[in-house]
Amino acid sequence: MLSEGGSFMKGMVMGGLFCLVLSLLGSFSPVTESRTDDNHHHHHHVKAASKDELQQLSDSRLQELNNQLQVYCVVMVQPKSLVYWATALDTWTKHCDKAEFYTSEASKALEAIDLNEKDDWARLRKALKHAYENAGDIRWFFVAQPNTFAIIENLKYLVLTKDPEQPFYLGKSVKSGELEYVELNSGIVLSYEALKRLVNVFQDEDKCPERGRQLWKLSDDKQLAVCLKFTGVFAENGEDVHGKGLFNSKTVDSLISESMKQNPSNVVEGCCSDLAVTFSGLSANQMQVMMFGVYRLRPYGHDFHDLLTFFPPKGSDND
Amino acid sequence: MKALGSSFSFYAGFVVGTFTLYVFLRQVWFERSEQAEGYVKLGVQQQQLDEDQGIWKKERSALFNLDHPHHTGEDSRMADELYNKVRILCWVMTGPTNLETKARHVKYTWSRHCNIVVFMSSVDDPDFPTVGLGTKEGRDQLYWKTIRAFHYAYEHYANEADWFLKADDDTYVIVDNLRWILANHTPDEPIYFGRRFKPYTKQGYMSGGAGYVLSREALRRFVEGFKNKVCTHTSSVEDLAMGQCMEKVGVLAGDSRDTAQRETFHPFVPEQHLTAKFPKSFWYWSYCYYPISEGPNCCSDVSVSFHYVDATGMYLLEYYAYHLRAFGYRYRYQPPTPKAYRAELPNPWDSAERLKERASGVKESGAGDDSAQEAGPAPVAAKDPAEAPV
Repeated sequence: MLSEGGSFMKGMVMGGLFCLVLSLLGSFSPVTESRTDDNHHHHHHVKAASKDELQQLSDSRLQELNNQLQVYCVVMVQPKSLVYWATALDTWTKHCDKAEFYTSEASKALEAIDLNEKDDWARLRKALKHAYENAGDIRWFFVAQPNTFAIIENLKYLVLTKDPEQPFYLGKSVKSGELEYVELNSGIVLSYEALKRLVNVFQDEDKCPERGRQLWKLSDDKQLAVCLKFTGVFAENGEDVHGKGLFNSKTVDSLISESMKQNPSNVVEGCCSDLAVTFSGLSANQMQVMMFGVYRLRPYGHDFHDLLTFFPPKGSDND
Repeated sequence: MKALGSSFSFYAGFVVGTFTLYVFLRQVWFERSEQAEGYVKLGVQQQQLDEDQGIWKKERSALFNLDHPHHTGEDSRMADELYNKVRILCWVMTGPTNLETKARHVKYTWSRHCNIVVFMSSVDDPDFPTVGLGTKEGRDQLYWKTIRAFHYAYEHYANEADWFLKADDDTYVIVDNLRWILANHTPDEPIYFGRRFKPYTKQGYMSGGAGYVLSREALRRFVEGFKNKVCTHTSSVEDLAMGQCMEKVGVLAGDSRDTAQRETFHPFVPEQHLTAKFPKSFWYWSYCYYPISEGPNCCSDVSVSFHYVDATGMYLLEYYAYHLRAFGYRYRYQPPTPKAYRAELPNPWDSAERLKERASGVKESGAGDDSAQEAGPAPVAAKDPAEAPV
């Protein structure tokens, strides 16, 4: 009896120690920790220039930068999302210096460059190659789907002081295992150099196969990251001067609703950047509202004397 | 048998030990995190109180905004000038059951841009604060509440404001834009502004939901009118009854449209005005005093109000109006400076810019289309406007 009792006590002590050791190691914890987005700490960041930095630049330098600040929008469309296609055409893409629509198959309703390709990654490759070959003097490329709303002027502000002859691959960067990639649905920014390296590595079937790796199918935005990684180009998170993300994969309404729960006394400031570049998932009507909200609606008497001026596009009535 | 019993005891003890410690650790952690949560909640409440103190002064059941919100990096000289010269008292029609679901969001968004804000309810609430008008709640009480609210505003604040705005707790108002409209008038004019409707009256009347604003003189005449029984509680249709009284006491129904003839007060949310195709049988078509525009022309860049805005919508409109913008964008529509303020603010950018232009020979390329009333400053001229795609 005694030896059984003793064994029992020994067992208890060992059990207790076992539990302690495990919880300390952290692989099992007695309390459910809130799963915070710890991706944040592992990101590469690219921040927009501050007003002070901009004011350091001479007028001629500003003019130079302004001249190379042209954006080629690569919009990946499909006839099944015709409404978004038409809305993108009527809204934010008017502010691109050049906007090309690349479709999976031709549509009778709207014109686009027909890549005749059902596979997402293969289609993206073809579109990017085409954009590179038709870039002309344009040095910045923005890849998006039509239900993403992009404020191109704010994209230009983000890359204003960045050299497009350097590789830049920006947007909302997310980590998936070891791979850090930029989500397509919140828009992908590529500098000329990044695109050039990408187009070159397209020819390497080992590193960057055309049909993607058949064994495990990666999404097109992850494939892009893999190929770019081989060329030494890494994903970076686009942020404003305060470190707030500029590329949003959610709608502005849902971000506001989230902020109402998390920062009830400071909803708007706790939500989204004043110079946000993208929001995603908006309905066609919500995109028209955003057009009005960004390019027209404002309170009289509040002015920002930004160091650059962008003019409204010709022949447009909703901005 | 003994050996088996001993091993069994050991394992049993092991399990019991693990379980016991697990429960113990969980309790301890849980308590700590609960305590932490409690502190966080207190912290947030305290923060709220502190922030509130910095924002407004609570006095006589009204909130006196200490200053209207400012943005880092903005030049708000004109807005500041108008804030001081065109003083607006905003009163918000609400009720006890709407305080936390609707009125609160008004309090933390647009009403901060008023000079004074008073929340009018059927019940006094010194904390929010709200004024109790001594009425009941309900649609049939709307005109009673309105009459009493305006009387209250006149009795308490006639000398502290120039204009008196009525809004619902689901109306969003861009007060700075209201000041732009009112700056071309004086508070001694018998006039009121809103979204003008035409039926049942000679000069029209203003939509209640879209909000309307009376000059001090108009308010004085309203109160006089009730004293002399020229105006009475004729019906519970608040906006129409209001309009009929205004007509009787000689207050003019103003035209609140911008210089491009676009409406500024709106009876619906932006999405509906911008995108909805109202059926021709819809009452709206026969009610509007001025011709209705669908699509982008529905709404002025300097719009003043929208109605049927829910809680999320309040913050969203605040974000769109006061926060989200396109860097460097030169707006197509340049609202002209109100006449009385033209000489006031010499724009320091203009002269510096002209010097620069002359020096570097940089020319400002094709300016915006519509009514560009003033040359905006353009420190670095951009290239030609982005070309339309395809």
